[in-house]
Amino acid sequence: MKSAAKALKKSAWVFPFFSGSCNNCNIEILDCLTPRFDLERFGVLLVGNARHADAILVAGVLNKKGVPRLKRIYQQVPKPCLVIAVGACALSQGIFSGSYAISELPVDRVVPVDIYIPGCPPKPEAIMAGLLKALENSGTKVPRTVRKK
Amino acid sequence: MNMVRYGFWFLVFPGFAFSALIGMLASWADRKLAARIQYRQGPPLLQPFWDLRKLLSKEAVIPRSASRSLFLLSPLLGLAGATVAASMLGVAAFWPGKSFVGDLIVLLYFLLFPGLSLMLGGLASRNPIAALGAAREMKLIFSYEPALLAAISVVLVKTRGELSLSNIVSWQALHGPVALSLSGGLALLLALFAVQAKLSAVPFDLAEAETELASGVLIEYSGFLLGIFRLTRMIMLYLMPAFLVILFLGGIGPGPVGILLGLLKFFALLAAFILIRSLSPRLRTDQAIKLFWKGGLGLGLVALALALWGW
Ligand code: SF4
Repeated sequence: MKSAAKALKKSAWVFPFFSGSCNNCNIEILDCLTPRFDLERFGVLLVGNARHADAILVAGVLNKKGVPRLKRIYQQVPKPCLVIAVGACALSQGIFSGSYAISELPVDRVVPVDIYIPGCPPKPEAIMAGLLKALENSGTKVPRTVRKK
Repeated sequence: MNMVRYGFWFLVFPGFAFSALIGMLASWADRKLAARIQYRQGPPLLQPFWDLRKLLSKEAVIPRSASRSLFLLSPLLGLAGATVAASMLGVAAFWPGKSFVGDLIVLLYFLLFPGLSLMLGGLASRNPIAALGAAREMKLIFSYEPALLAAISVVLVKTRGELSLSNIVSWQALHGPVALSLSGGLALLLALFAVQAKLSAVPFDLAEAETELASGVLIEYSGFLLGIFRLTRMIMLYLMPAFLVILFLGGIGPGPVGILLGLLKFFALLAAFILIRSLSPRLRTDQAIKLFWKGGLGLGLVALALALWGW
């Protein structure tokens, strides 16, 4: 079981969920994969499929259409699953606060958030530091079940 | 006694444990070299191991609509096929006397298993995107297999119809590697591309297509089931270059120098594979089919004609 928890820290596959962001946070997340930062050094891969993910990166403000989709994606990810909120929008609705299109619910009322990374947008260094910290502190209890959807 | 020996071959030495280990190393080399080409640092040496370990410990979700038994069995089918192929190839390489006539043909059938299992698994998950991926995989199999067979028949013509891998190796020990002749070189080039498609690596990764199909055939797989698919791919990543080394480059020779040379040949082919993978964009389905049926099969027939001519 100990090696299972360690393996999760060593090989986290991340599914990016971009809701109503201004697109800057997305760019900064992609920046983390470039030669200068290279998240793959830590075994982190960006995957395009929730079933393969170990963590969800939520960027941008949750709008009304985004809420059910985020919930659904969280249910689709095999557990254990981390949720990382990136940027002022995901944390506190940022510049979009008060808009008619966004949902009242902040991200952490929809899914349990493990770590918050502030900034508008956060620097790639900050995103990497946050992601690695979240992995560092991820729970040591790893359930091992076959679940029927 | 025989049972014990076969069990050992299948599970430990040229079979499962050995090929999984070499496969993990090959997969690490693949990712590391691709990262270095992109001027990145790349993953650490143990990365494939940690990936598999993590997938084993994660939850495996079985979709409600999936056909359960097929969904669970198809990854095992692929792994079993790859393992049998690895044992046969290893036995032919390390104990030449123990292989049988015609093992080349049996091996070709077993090498088809991983592709088939991807297709079956994708269809069993009853996900429309996976079905699309499975259809693409099927078309891909139909296009690269004839090209691969054309390339291999060049070897058969060159070696005067040797159908056993160890005889092909010993023929090459006498007459020099097949790839050094004109027809053999062309056939090796063709086989390299066919192998690229067999491993569903980048120019031909249309069945998985991260960007538009969200990993296609594998879309519903998670946890240890996905881990088995990854392990199968790692084993194939070791198997296919080794297979080409035996067919075209004379296998791993006797003595320490021969073994060193054999390893060098293996790494050269692996590096060629990685280079093609990281320097090319993905082809569309129709482009891939055209490439193999026109260019590939054409090149194969030309090479075959040259081989019959004696070049
Ligand atoms: S936090 Fe700032 S940069 Fe990020 S999506 Fe919101 S407005 Fe854009």
